[in-house]
Amino acid sequence: MTIFIYDKTFEGLLTCIFDAYTRKCFPDLLQTEQEPLPLFYDESWVVYTDEVKAGRVWRGLQKKLSGRAVAELAVCWFSELPGVDMLLFRYMRKALDLAQSPETNFGDPDVLELHKIGRKVSKERERVVQFLRFQKALDGTYFAAIEPIYNVLPLALAHMKDRFKDQQWLIYDTRRRYGYFYNLSEITEVCPETDHELFSSGLLDKGIMDRDEQLFQQLWQTYFKATTIRERTNLKLHRQQMPVRFWKYLTEKQV
Amino acid sequence: MDARIFDKLKILAESAKYDVSCASSGVSRKARTGGIGSTSGWGICHSFTEDGRCISLLKIMLTNYCMYDCAYCINRRSNDLPRATLSVKELVELTVEFYRRNYIEGLFLSSGVVRNPDYTMERLVRAVKDLRLVHRFNGYIHMKSIPGASQELVNEAGLYADRLSVNIEIPNEKSLQLLAPEKNFKSVLTPMQYIQQGVLQSIEERKKFRHAPRFAPAGQSTQIVIGATPDSDQEILKLSSAFYRRPSMKRVYYSGFVPVNEYDKRLPALKQPPLVRENRLYQADWLMRFYAFRVDEIVNDAYPDLDLEIDPKLSWALRHPEHFPVDINRADYEMILRVPGIGVKSAALIVASRRYGNIGAHQLKKMGVVLKKARYFITCRELPNRTINELSPEAVRSRLISVPKRNLDERQLQLPFDATE
Repeated sequence: MTIFIYDKTFEGLLTCIFDAYTRKCFPDLLQTEQEPLPLFYDESWVVYTDEVKAGRVWRGLQKKLSGRAVAELAVCWFSELPGVDMLLFRYMRKALDLAQSPETNFGDPDVLELHKIGRKVSKERERVVQFLRFQKALDGTYFAAIEPIYNVLPLALAHMKDRFKDQQWLIYDTRRRYGYFYNLSEITEVCPETDHELFSSGLLDKGIMDRDEQLFQQLWQTYFKATTIRERTNLKLHRQQMPVRFWKYLTEKQV
Repeated sequence: MDARIFDKLKILAESAKYDVSCASSGVSRKARTGGIGSTSGWGICHSFTEDGRCISLLKIMLTNYCMYDCAYCINRRSNDLPRATLSVKELVELTVEFYRRNYIEGLFLSSGVVRNPDYTMERLVRAVKDLRLVHRFNGYIHMKSIPGASQELVNEAGLYADRLSVNIEIPNEKSLQLLAPEKNFKSVLTPMQYIQQGVLQSIEERKKFRHAPRFAPAGQSTQIVIGATPDSDQEILKLSSAFYRRPSMKRVYYSGFVPVNEYDKRLPALKQPPLVRENRLYQADWLMRFYAFRVDEIVNDAYPDLDLEIDPKLSWALRHPEHFPVDINRADYEMILRVPGIGVKSAALIVASRRYGNIGAHQLKKMGVVLKKARYFITCRELPNRTINELSPEAVRSRLISVPKRNLDERQLQLPFDATE
């Protein structure tokens, strides 16, 4: 068994591909340095991430695959699922080796699996866009916390920037403890080091809320209740459409 | 905002909630400088009520005072319920502030009829115009067109709203006359005609001038109430199929009748809304829109009503065993779509991947095909299975009708006392 050790970055994965082709030796397992090596293996190889090598592989993939398939690779990477790196590795290898792009061959288990993961991640991105709830703070910044299962905030940023162009906002991922701040011109990544209550609870304290914030929250809760048709109550469907894991930060569920 | 805003919001939301449509789809628009918001092509649902319906738009009435007395409507004049009217300022503030907090995708504005249709329509148009032009709101706006409103007002509404809708409510003119004496088919169909004219005209103009204004870019929709009148599914689906032939009609909604005015003897006394029938009608609607089914294939004189036990596609397949089994590796996309258990997504996957080689049952399952259903209607490389022709439509039907599972405790020893064994 051959093991490649890399730094768990996307560029690192692309460098793995480059190294595998230059050494003519393909890994059966990808690992980080921290993970313990298995008891028996033939060879381990440490991959040093190199932007030039990664760029060459990326351009090669762009030549072989359609734009959509290339984008799907990046989307799948954000799933952070265990083993997704090996799946991507096998997929990219197929893309580079075959004359015809394998991207629509869903009979191939790797292609189908990648397609399914891509769909799941896109769905999670959509849910972030759906269920993100801003709260206005005293200084006029809109704050939202969310806890998606995949690391999808980067995928949702373009939509947020376009839609909420004229308001300052901070979106925070409480699971991965980082967020993005938009200051009316550009988005910056923020990793708050202080363990402020705001970032652990995900909800604004009444003291730092904007004057009208509570009013609109209550209005929204009133509307949410009023618009339900009681004769048709279907809580199972309700939970299916709006999974319970999002309720923590949903304004309408705070009562 | 005054203190009565909570009551107003509650009253007007409760009056508007029986309108089913809440779609924010059909138009993709980037944000504009100085404006608020954008729209995204497929629409975004921001929340879901406890009855499982999506909340995408702030669905609200400008006023729930109404001079009409339609038997099925909660806001009819003879009902004794709290009435309220929103001012334009309140409406705008609610919409914009909700929008900025990502609660909603836009506004769905409707109204009871006050004084006359034109007066009401004018008030709606003024509110929407204010929101668009003064407050530069760039999100989604769905506006109700009042039955009987004049063409000028509909034309103006189309310039500011993304989608317009007129509800036909009752699928048959006679029943409509009985339940809503002030309305007739003409008063509903004429505004639909106006909207269609406006949409087509704007498309023509935009071919010549790139910046010609868009008219209701997300088209129009309508709604039919199910179960308030004795109309068959055939009548309902024929009507919606006729609507879908019109170029601007995007959606027909079916709304299971909720008995809101129980005292009215013209209406049937239902224990609960006909939810299963509503679901089957939506399935039939999907067959017409995405599966290339003609309406007379789904319901016809021999089968005027949809089968409530099985879905309409399976029902069609059982009536037409001569089309099966379908060879997954050779058949056309259209034919694969007709197999029960294969949807649009899996059909596309099958057609894309069979270029690389034959597809087997195991792969079909992984692609998301419901083999439990599909196995009786397909052949592929290996599947040694008895299809609908070897069994019989009745046998397949009885195998596929789901028997409600009893919750048995597996740890509990069962002693069958049936004497038959």
